[in-house]
Amino acid sequence: MKEIVIISGKGGTGKSSICCALAHLWKEDAVIADCDVDAADMHLILHPQSSDSKDFFSGVKAIIDPKVCSSCGLCASVCRFDAIRKHEGKYLVNELDCEGCAYCYHICPTGAISIPEQNVGQYHISQSRLGCTLVHAALNIGAENSGKLVSKVKSEARHQAKLENKEFLLVDGSPGIGCPVIASLSGAHFVVLVTEVSKSGLSDLKRVWELVKKFKIPGACILNKADINPDICKEMKEYLHKEKILNLGEIPYSEDFPAAISMGKTLIEQNESTWRPVFENMGNAIKEKI
Amino acid sequence: MRIAIASGKGGTGKTTLAVNLALYAAEFEPVLLMDLDVEEPNGSIFVEGEVQSETAIYRNVPQWDQGACTLCGKCTSWCAYNALLKLGDTILVMPNLCHSCFACSELCPVQALPMIQESMGKLLHLQRGKLNFVETKLDIGLEQASPLIAESLRFADKHFQNTGMQILDSPPGTACAMISAVKTADFVVLISEPTPFGLHDLKLAVETIRQLNIPFGVVVNRDGIGNDDIYEYIQQEDIVLLARIPHQRRIAELYSQGRLLYKEVEEIRTALQNILGYAKELR
Amino acid sequence: MKIIFTSSGESWDSMIDPRFGRTDFILLYNEETDELSSIDNRDIKDVAHGAGPKTAEKIFGLKADILITGNGPGGNAASILRKLPLKIFVKAGGMTIREAYEAYKNNKLEQGL
Repeated sequence: MKEIVIISGKGGTGKSSICCALAHLWKEDAVIADCDVDAADMHLILHPQSSDSKDFFSGVKAIIDPKVCSSCGLCASVCRFDAIRKHEGKYLVNELDCEGCAYCYHICPTGAISIPEQNVGQYHISQSRLGCTLVHAALNIGAENSGKLVSKVKSEARHQAKLENKEFLLVDGSPGIGCPVIASLSGAHFVVLVTEVSKSGLSDLKRVWELVKKFKIPGACILNKADINPDICKEMKEYLHKEKILNLGEIPYSEDFPAAISMGKTLIEQNESTWRPVFENMGNAIKEKI
Repeated sequence: MRIAIASGKGGTGKTTLAVNLALYAAEFEPVLLMDLDVEEPNGSIFVEGEVQSETAIYRNVPQWDQGACTLCGKCTSWCAYNALLKLGDTILVMPNLCHSCFACSELCPVQALPMIQESMGKLLHLQRGKLNFVETKLDIGLEQASPLIAESLRFADKHFQNTGMQILDSPPGTACAMISAVKTADFVVLISEPTPFGLHDLKLAVETIRQLNIPFGVVVNRDGIGNDDIYEYIQQEDIVLLARIPHQRRIAELYSQGRLLYKEVEEIRTALQNILGYAKELR
Repeated sequence: MKIIFTSSGESWDSMIDPRFGRTDFILLYNEETDELSSIDNRDIKDVAHGAGPKTAEKIFGLKADILITGNGPGGNAASILRKLPLKIFVKAGGMTIREAYEAYKNNKLEQGL
């Protein structure tokens, strides 16, 4: 079973659309994992029917019991996040500001503070309308994505891939350069970077590749909206060549991207004759490299 | 008046809107524009100005004092983030996992973990006419945006308290980083696209802003690429629609070249007038 | 020599776990005594951030000479492992522990870090 992770430094590059197109092509051979949890939107195209949903717990928040609180104010004096305020004589924790460091919990002289684990969202194992399994998650407002959740989504997806005897695990990876991206990349056999051909796209590509380089995973790049800026396109191709990243191809700016999304379709469903050959070529190039 | 520009997802045109809004407003009054997308700041690609200062921004992390330490190991159990490890007879601090809560440092019975200052980012201040542009960039390898965003806003409060119009380009998404950027704003402009992705992420953003209890309005960008579901939602929820910016390939080209849009696209100029007009009403 | 492997199971026939930080098991093989022992690392799934360093902490006291793994440790874990006189070999993903050991002995693996 081979794991292919698709990432892009910033949003709006077309990563999810491309991931859905590859999912369409490989629907009989793959399980899909949506690890872009803060902005999980593959389900808008794949319309999953959930067969199994579980609560996800991560991190803690402090809660002060007013009946036990002696109003000494020690908690507020040590909280570095301004999350504890005095309210009607007692001290209260502002949930949104609380970072779960538990310093107040350790220092409270009356034991009025508890630190329950937080239910921050759910993960689902679902059947997508294309027929393939989609493992995805949704976080509650203000909750942070983490390596823990990404790993959970991936391990469930790997498990499904084994059960269903699928050849590929296709992962829609997390944005940025922190723990969620590292967890997205962990265990991957191949990385596909989707980048937008623009000045900001180029600087993001370089930032992300610096992170990916730490792992010994072969990588490839898809240059999206490539005809918008021929100069930057050339610069990007030179960078890919220098860094030995496989150039999977350039996709010109296309109305099909937003149109397909608004219709809830994959690119291949939107315009089969154009997109099937494009993604078939890319897919084959990836398979050859693995 | 502090206006934050935010969006549920990336790539909706947030930075473009913030930059154009700031430069337009700066034709009439002094403006502070802050790029708080500290992980991937790119406002400076669009704003050309004279560098006024480059400041290192610090945070506090513990440093192990081997001489004082008794190797009791309690610090590793207090740390909620696994930023302290006991490796044989060494206590190792992992600064990029540290949240600067001070617990280990202040609870250590022998004061073997004094807090020291460590760089977390760089703040760049540019000026162009009446516009002051501040961009903060997180140091490579660090993943926590919120502390840097909070410190940048403190910098603004200290050095720009007399600048009446402040525009914040916040990080995308609806998690901690966006909340840190937006919570001190008087007014939030949410920008989205009229597609299922755009509507879905707008709903998350609206829920978040409502929890923070800040007045807000919506700008719909790339109007025409999708459908009208987003307008139905905006109407049903009684949300202020500030502007509709049409989808044009020409705009994408100008953007990719880092050009200013409000000077060349009439609809964008009108959109900016609406936003400033509405914000002024709130004042 | 003492050799550790990142593993998905507890025997010579288990597959190498390509991950370091979130590996399921750590197998320790002592060439001198021909003993294979295992450390269960599966509680790492409860760690939200900093899994790599936590796993590195676990192997710190083992006094291993060689680590055989798949993709290699990420940045955080690597900074800790560098403090040890430990040689790291990567690209063993897709092999069983036995196959990975053979590959190492035959100089077929790539040295990492």
